[in-house]
Amino acid sequence: MVRRAGKEKMRQILMDNIRNFSIIAHIDHGKSTLADRLIQYTGVCTDRNFQEQILDNMDIERERGITIKSQAVALPYRAKNGQDYTLNLIDTPGHVDFSYEVSRSLASCEGVLLLIDAAQGVQAQTLANLYMAMEHNLEIIPVINKIDLPSADLPRVLKQIETELGLDPEGHLACSAKEGTGIEEVLEAIVQRIPPPGGYRDASLSALIFDAHYDAFRGTIIHCRIFDGSVKAGDVIRFLSNSAAYKVEEVGHFLLSRQKRDRLTAGEVGYIIAGLKTISDVRTGDTITLDARPCTTTLPGFKEVKPVVFASVYPIASDDYEDLAVSLEKYKLNDASFIYEKDSSAALGQGFRCGFLGLLHLEVVQERLEREYDLSIILSVPSVRYRFTLKDGTVIEVDNPTHYPDPASIVLSEEPYIRSSMMMPERYLGSVMKLCMEKRGINSSLHYPSPSRAELTYEMPLSEILFDFYDRFKSVTQGYGSFDYDLTDYRPGNLVLLDILVNGEKVDALSQIVHRDRARARGLQACERLKEEIPRQLFKIAIQGAVGGEIISRTTISPFRKDVTAKCYGGDITRKRKLLEKQKKGKKRMKMIGAVSIPQSAFLAVLKSDSS
Amino acid sequence: MELPDWNPGPPGLYIHVPFCRSKCGYCSFYSVDTLHDLPSFLEDLPKEMSLYEAQFEPFDTLYIGGGTPSLIKTDDLKILFEAIDQAFPFCGNREVTIEVNPSDVDLAYLDALRSLGVNRLNIGVQSFNDRILSFLGRRHNAVDAYAAVTAALAAGFDNIGIDLIYGIPGQELSQWIDTLNRALSLNIAHLSCYQLTLEKGIPLREHLEKSGALLPSERLQREFFLETSDRLESAGYIHYEVSNFAKGEHRASRHNIKYWNHTPYLGLGPSAHSYTAGKRWWNSRSVRGYMDRIGVGVIPVESSETLTLEQLRLEALFLGLRTRWGIHLPDFSSRFKCDLLEEKREALDKLTGDGFLTIDREFLRPTRAGMAVADGIASFLFI
Repeated sequence: MVRRAGKEKMRQILMDNIRNFSIIAHIDHGKSTLADRLIQYTGVCTDRNFQEQILDNMDIERERGITIKSQAVALPYRAKNGQDYTLNLIDTPGHVDFSYEVSRSLASCEGVLLLIDAAQGVQAQTLANLYMAMEHNLEIIPVINKIDLPSADLPRVLKQIETELGLDPEGHLACSAKEGTGIEEVLEAIVQRIPPPGGYRDASLSALIFDAHYDAFRGTIIHCRIFDGSVKAGDVIRFLSNSAAYKVEEVGHFLLSRQKRDRLTAGEVGYIIAGLKTISDVRTGDTITLDARPCTTTLPGFKEVKPVVFASVYPIASDDYEDLAVSLEKYKLNDASFIYEKDSSAALGQGFRCGFLGLLHLEVVQERLEREYDLSIILSVPSVRYRFTLKDGTVIEVDNPTHYPDPASIVLSEEPYIRSSMMMPERYLGSVMKLCMEKRGINSSLHYPSPSRAELTYEMPLSEILFDFYDRFKSVTQGYGSFDYDLTDYRPGNLVLLDILVNGEKVDALSQIVHRDRARARGLQACERLKEEIPRQLFKIAIQGAVGGEIISRTTISPFRKDVTAKCYGGDITRKRKLLEKQKKGKKRMKMIGAVSIPQSAFLAVLKSDSS
Repeated sequence: MELPDWNPGPPGLYIHVPFCRSKCGYCSFYSVDTLHDLPSFLEDLPKEMSLYEAQFEPFDTLYIGGGTPSLIKTDDLKILFEAIDQAFPFCGNREVTIEVNPSDVDLAYLDALRSLGVNRLNIGVQSFNDRILSFLGRRHNAVDAYAAVTAALAAGFDNIGIDLIYGIPGQELSQWIDTLNRALSLNIAHLSCYQLTLEKGIPLREHLEKSGALLPSERLQREFFLETSDRLESAGYIHYEVSNFAKGEHRASRHNIKYWNHTPYLGLGPSAHSYTAGKRWWNSRSVRGYMDRIGVGVIPVESSETLTLEQLRLEALFLGLRTRWGIHLPDFSSRFKCDLLEEKREALDKLTGDGFLTIDREFLRPTRAGMAVADGIASFLFI
């Protein structure tokens, strides 16, 4: 909530019939299902046109069960007191890659439903989300979901709410979003317990951008929360971060589709269309005001979102380069946190260097490019952004291993660190600590939110998280562990460039910058993964890892020497030809390096420590 | 699209007899295991022939395969041959092959075949090991197999081929060599040695998946292949196609070679394939479907394809690489406007350097090691 001095004299109005709220939860605790249920209950859509999980409207989101973009929807609700309310549900992204977006959504709310799985209980993201909600002074309503599960353990979760979250368990609600039970109680609690939004209607406009999306007909649609003042079509608005001004074409509310309104007023959540051509013109977290009568202060919490993971993308067929360029441009329209620029690789030709918020973001972009734009692409091995101080005093940032400077010129190498927070049942503590040490974790701290549960924090290089951390963490905690992180700072590290050679030819897209102590192990792992990913071919394939020209690891893929070539008469010929034609199609997902075809999957597999 | 000017010789005629007494688990050819419809099928064949009158040049090979053509009684065969001769013109010196099952044939039957003009026999021996024969679901045993070959020789056949299968789960090299040696001792004109393959939908594949039995390793399969080639070539056979060996070039199956070099062929009977001038079509893979069509005077064709020049080129490539003759580069170049030596120089250098191919005057030929990976080479060159 934002309250500033100097406005005391103005009349603060309360929008009594509006509630702005979010649902926050650990992944898979049922956030989207509950959202769908609320939408369905309040009748925004009928059962007939109800599509499972309306808010997660991207295929990838639905498949992965993760929300990656914020969405907002206004739910009309007649409460038991007979009054009509508008409940603005601001859905938040559910993955640590997108925690900034979450924070901006929360800044637009007065309260949250803190959703907890009745069987799994409190998890790392539950805590991280709770802390964030507390930072924004939000009313927190704990909602225990999935009470229909046989493994639901309500007493245990209530205990956790008290001891681990420090909340009063008395105020909890219980529901099963899947079965549709307890939904009315949730809606009533939103009305009764979340405070109505307030604001100074007569003050200068001060609105928070919490998201934006691109519409092919209308351009960029800004999602915002009005804190003070009001905005209507015809106004000229200005963004405080860059002073860019635009004329408002339309404002309105989000129902399932956009509903045009005359104006948006303090307390409301809605959209603004103002002739913005690209989504990159909008920065999530920015403050909107009126050009004619600007507010003087920026809403707090704004920051430039900077990508932390980088990889190059190349078309498998070089004639697809133009298509790739067009697709990236289109994709970028709807994803402001994605950045890219031209790049080229000796092995893979012309491509683009891209920046992502994290590995999940990277995978989502890759999938969407392939699915929506029908492109076959190869991604180079992802990298974080390193910092090198050279002898001549210049400091350079390198996020592409091919730009690794001449080692003789480097005075200082630095890499980004994170502060990670992990929660797990105590019995997994030993193996998690072992994993974190292997990942160069330092300065650990440990505490027990409740007797059998441990919360462990470590400082770790971000690059170690890229390298097969999630999978192994999940595996050593048998799925009971949860993980969250924040970027902290840059710290010195002894870094070297690890190159991969296939039949003696350097494949620059497989190069990685690694810690010297880990180079041999990483080289070996890369060779082993590639051996698994590259299909056997007619010729022997040598795969080598090299640091500074010295071979530190090698493996060989033995050739196949016998086909299954039994008979080939009248009926077999068409079938055999079709098989070869199919193979040729499959090869579109391979990249030829010399005579060796390397499948697309090999480039990401290098980051995994084993095939399991 | 203009089709390449390619006329490698007279066409071949194939007749598919889709009846068996029992189905063998490894076989993917179409057949039914009841003889109920055999008589009406034999009545339908001439009707099918009449639908193709004058569409083909005179044939120079006739191949009756199956299924089990030796289930046809000699009187019925006589009628069939008369119908064939009435329907189609043939060149002189035609090759007439029939596939026979060792359980079905005796000297009298074989004598009758001879008198009908059959001059080449293909006997489905598969193995000289009784355990393997029973694993494969064959009706005969090793003694029956010898007896059939002996009877064929006694009937005066000089162009006899037998089929053998290797690479059976659990089979060791020594056991296969034993079967090969027994085959060699018969001193016949032709041997077909097939690696056991498990195509989709065949019963043996499901059986092995359930029992968890494994086919021999790639290494062992390679040994089977190379040993077979080595031993048979030492004994005077030419390894003229991946799975086929002939005692002298003139004993190679003239009919089968047509499949490998885009010579036209007409296939009659259910599931039979035909090819001419860039077009391939195939009959209904069902006896009932076939007879229903014939019954109403319609060609029993299930589907067809017209090959693009690129598809023809791909076929010429992978088919050519299966044979000893290989690919005739000037022909290839004129048919497909593609100079392989020029366009695939790097790949060919690698393949010849590694001993998979040789370039012998105007021919690109697979070596023995190359034949073992003929498909791999085709995909390497093509893809």
